Amino acid sequence: MQAKNLIYDGTFDGFLSAVFYVFEHKLKMVSIQNKFSVQQGLFSENESILTDEVKANRVWKGIKSKLSSHGSYQLYYAFLSEAIGVEDLLLDYIQYAFSQQKKVDKDYSHPSILKIAQIAKSVGREKHRMEAFVRFRLTNDDIYFASIEPDFNVLPLIEKHFKRRYADQKWVIYDIKRGYGLFYDLETVELINMDFPENFNFTKTDDAFFATQEFEFQKLWQDYFKATNIASRKNMKLHIRHVPKRYWKYLSEKQPN
Amino acid sequence: MSFQRTQEKLKILADAAKYDVSCSSSGSKRANTNKGLGDATGMGICHSYTEDGRCVSLLKILLTNHCIFDCAYCVTRKSNDVKRAAFKVQEVVDLTINFYRRNYIEGLFLSSGIFKSADYTMERLVAVAKKLRLEENFNGYIHLKSIPGASDELMREAGLYADRLSVNIEIPTEAGLKKLAPDKKREDFIKPMVKVKNEIIQYNAEKKIIKSTPKFAPAGQSTQMIIGASGENDFQIMQTSNHFYKSYNLKRVYYSGYVPISYDNRLPQIGSAVPMLRENRLYQTDWLMRFYGFDVSEILNEQHQNLDLDVDPKLSWALRNLHEFPVDVNTADQRMLARIPGLGMKSVFKIINARRFRKLNWEHLKKIGVALNRAQYFMVCDSNQFEKRDLTSEKIKGLILQNSTSKYQKMLSNQLSLFG
Ligand code: SF4
Repeated sequence: MQAKNLIYDGTFDGFLSAVFYVFEHKLKMVSIQNKFSVQQGLFSENESILTDEVKANRVWKGIKSKLSSHGSYQLYYAFLSEAIGVEDLLLDYIQYAFSQQKKVDKDYSHPSILKIAQIAKSVGREKHRMEAFVRFRLTNDDIYFASIEPDFNVLPLIEKHFKRRYADQKWVIYDIKRGYGLFYDLETVELINMDFPENFNFTKTDDAFFATQEFEFQKLWQDYFKATNIASRKNMKLHIRHVPKRYWKYLSEKQPN
Repeated sequence: MSFQRTQEKLKILADAAKYDVSCSSSGSKRANTNKGLGDATGMGICHSYTEDGRCVSLLKILLTNHCIFDCAYCVTRKSNDVKRAAFKVQEVVDLTINFYRRNYIEGLFLSSGIFKSADYTMERLVAVAKKLRLEENFNGYIHLKSIPGASDELMREAGLYADRLSVNIEIPTEAGLKKLAPDKKREDFIKPMVKVKNEIIQYNAEKKIIKSTPKFAPAGQSTQMIIGASGENDFQIMQTSNHFYKSYNLKRVYYSGYVPISYDNRLPQIGSAVPMLRENRLYQTDWLMRFYGFDVSEILNEQHQNLDLDVDPKLSWALRNLHEFPVDVNTADQRMLARIPGLGMKSVFKIINARRFRKLNWEHLKKIGVALNRAQYFMVCDSNQFEKRDLTSEKIKGLILQNSTSKYQKMLSNQLSLFG
């Protein structure tokens, strides 16, 4: 039997549709691949998968019935890691889950389950980091704007948190790396794509775009950050472990003044 | 709000507040139901970390650093020659709201020096919290300091708006308190604590009957003790701590290594090291007591009045109780699993889950994340490889220390040399 590459459109529904296809055709040698990052196998045949919401929902429902809610979360989190080859790990996990009577998501001695749990954990960590490190800046249009570059595609995971918390202010959180963002208009959250002016610098607060009081509050926050430190307990190693340097450029308190 | 004035005050009043180590912003359950600002239902987020590696989750400031008292260990004491400042109520409200909207903080931690009287001060702290809740629709986290000696009436009002209340007992023993803070009486700390405890009990009881009873300090009470300022030993500290947990239903006791700030000869001199390792060992003991099922007397008692600095308190306990080991991880109950050195509660639960599917061997345990370097001497699993030599505690300790790269090793060698 020839190996098959199932190419899907990069969405979670697309991936689940591919899983449906695997079950439907009882495929054995198969690899599921995102169309944006296809790894060509030498002897495999490509098959494009059409995203089908109905099929996707059927698979998702099946998964949820075979796993604890924590387990199905983990699958979704791991999917959002966009890690190369994660789809095949997920497929292996799902096939194992369907083959067993018991719920398997706590069976960490199974290699794919452990691996997925580890990936999901890194994604979860990135989600928490974004909830912590998003820094809004007030624009001249009265919108609180934040830009981020997360390692994984965590916008879908942080939406609820920010919507609940900032219910009475308009805000945008924009993922520069992936070119899309969330916009809350006091009613609902929408996905948006934005065109930024050519001279727009994401890490600088420029008064052409940002409100005057924005500068003052950033300054006050920086002052606070400095004053609350206890110099005789300084421990930069610990500091950097908590706030890795790659996040610094978006943190107001870490900007040179 | 005049920017420059506020900036100046913020520097002074944040600097004076930083010695309070509590930063917790969890445990509140205050949801954003009124489409207002903020939500305190989650775990509490650290939005940043100071360069000393501590969590920044609340705007932690004093309302004022004017104080009529003269506690020796405190930078705000009357006799200290420092710049004084005082915020207006509205200034604190504006700072909190604007920091919160930018996702800098989870909320406010407001404390204060005592100006005029306990009630006068407490009244203003309450006014800030009230304004935030009623005028700004703020659902973020508010931690207020209960001012020792404040009236029951004010404490009751404080609990209606704050998520957490705390009184710092600061000095673990009464004798120490007398020496270092002669103006203060232990009863003054206890009184607001008792009031808040009773109100919480009453509200919880009413809540069962009437569902719409307003929340009362939903994240409970906490306190802080300064470590290493008045010569007390670890046994005394943890006994006090245990007493406060039990008698006043405290959520947390914080231990804060004394940072020398004064040339007063009743205290460690400026330049002496902050006892950070000791502080860490006390926190570990606190956790063993609250989450690992240990009784404090198992770890500290008349015979054993100070914690070891070179090994953690659980390992130290295990070395003194080798007759309880080895534990078989495939059959032991949760209580005994939790007592194996190198096993955190997370690993304990993972083991209990995973062993339903198959018997666990060393490979499995390693993957689960057990620190085998310590654990291997105290357990057996599904493998015929285990420690078969009859090792003495001294020997085990030596082997473990040899193979560990404790993050505290450097600090340890520094601090141990202090003890000759
Ligand atoms: S009463 Fe409080 S603020 Fe005043 S000196 Fe004593 S500890 Fe410091």
